[in-house]
Amino acid sequence: MASYSTSDFRKGLKVQIDGDPYLMVECNFVKPGKGNALYKCKLRNLLRGTILDRTYKGGDSLEAADVTEIGAQYLYGQQDTFVFMDKSSFEQYELTKDQVDEAWKYLKEGMDCQMVLFNNNPISVTPPNHVVLKVEYCEPAVRGNTATNLTKPVTLETGAEITCPAFIELGEMIKVDTRTGEYLERVRS
Amino acid sequence: MEPGDSSDDCLPTADWARLRLRADLLARTRSFFEKRGFLEVETPLLSADVVVDRYLEPIAVSTPDDHSGVRPDRTLWLQTSPEFGMKRLMAAGGEAIYQITRAFRGGEVGPLHNREFTIVEWYRRGHTMAEGMQCLSDLSEALLQRGPAEQTSYAEVFEAHVGVCPHRATTLQLREAAARHGVHVSDSFGDADRDNWLNVLLAQVVEPHLGAVRPTIVHGYPASQAALAQVTGDPPIAERFELYVRGIELANGYHELTDAAVLRERNRLANQQRVAEGKRQLPEESRLLAAMERGLPDCTGVALGFDRVVMLAAGAKRLSDIMAFPSDRA
Repeated sequence: MASYSTSDFRKGLKVQIDGDPYLMVECNFVKPGKGNALYKCKLRNLLRGTILDRTYKGGDSLEAADVTEIGAQYLYGQQDTFVFMDKSSFEQYELTKDQVDEAWKYLKEGMDCQMVLFNNNPISVTPPNHVVLKVEYCEPAVRGNTATNLTKPVTLETGAEITCPAFIELGEMIKVDTRTGEYLERVRS
Repeated sequence: MEPGDSSDDCLPTADWARLRLRADLLARTRSFFEKRGFLEVETPLLSADVVVDRYLEPIAVSTPDDHSGVRPDRTLWLQTSPEFGMKRLMAAGGEAIYQITRAFRGGEVGPLHNREFTIVEWYRRGHTMAEGMQCLSDLSEALLQRGPAEQTSYAEVFEAHVGVCPHRATTLQLREAAARHGVHVSDSFGDADRDNWLNVLLAQVVEPHLGAVRPTIVHGYPASQAALAQVTGDPPIAERFELYVRGIELANGYHELTDAAVLRERNRLANQQRVAEGKRQLPEESRLLAAMERGLPDCTGVALGFDRVVMLAAGAKRLSDIMAFPSDRA
């Protein structure tokens, strides 16, 4: 397995620590004038999402993690299983609800997503930044009110609940930012 | 701007206002030394001699066809600081000399480090450590206008912020102190020595507090970190001092070691540590040693990281904000 020495350390590096894959989210080079070089790193565990703070000395090394990102199409969901297909190899992957995490809120059949594989096993999936989804349930719209500061909860076709302006009506299509979970705009068909 | 991901890398990273500030600070530095009777000197950047330091990586230069004046079996090195050349001038009768020059250190890349950087370095014959610290404080005041520096000892700042005596604590006590202060280190620290622990504690626990309100000069370093400073007292303490402003190390000064035999011994030890750590062995003999054998006068010497001074004066957060072309655009 390849490894990275401290001189290769940088933000975005994918490494393996105690068997888990980590993403280096921060790496600060610190060196008192007459002292040894230190690398103050923050690493995100790609399986658990936890953050590890760790200081390395110059000359240390970390094993590279076999982490790849692929384009994957969401095919269908079945109870707590979500089935995706690798768009280039057509291989299918089943992810648990834990692995899918927050992404379940935005998954619609046929949607193109990004999937991260660690040692060829899926560990996470990211939907497109913007998705258009149908409002499946909400209280009736407040007539004549187009102000966006008046809000109400709505339930989307995926079952996720988000907050929308009060003028949104049942059956409307809305655009949502999947990174923040926020309503962006109404989409007229 | 992230390095390496841009087609704009022909452009400078500092704006013109900051380049003008840089030029202004250079002029003020020259005027400061001129008023005090220092002579501006120049010494070679490329030399057959090299500082032997456990943690400095000099950049070796190959010269395929020209070895004139250089012992042919020797590599040439880009200086990590101008101290060898300047001390040779002191040994040859220098009274008060200063230089504004470039220094090079391999492997040092970060917001506060650039492979190639500007050093202001000066020497004054007959100055004690106290006088050396006063001169540094005056220059800091002239360039940064943050008032005179307060002075504190290395032991005091360690006791205040870490809660241990840096000269007496054992390796185990230092390791426990690091854990207490939430410093999480890699497994490779299992074989870390006292200096490694002092260093990690200094960098992560002490330095952020130094010079927070007023510039601070820390003096009296552990003898094991003397580099080229004189060591005195019991416990033995190095007559070395450093200037900090807002947690950033700006200058390092010594009441200079003048004994060639002691320097030979320190070079040998530094090389031993380098080899044990898998680093390149460096030539221990130098023309500085020869000059010291003829007699280096009692003096202090200080090196100031000029780019960091400009960065602080500009209110910038990284060196690339005040350099025209940092290493990744050089």
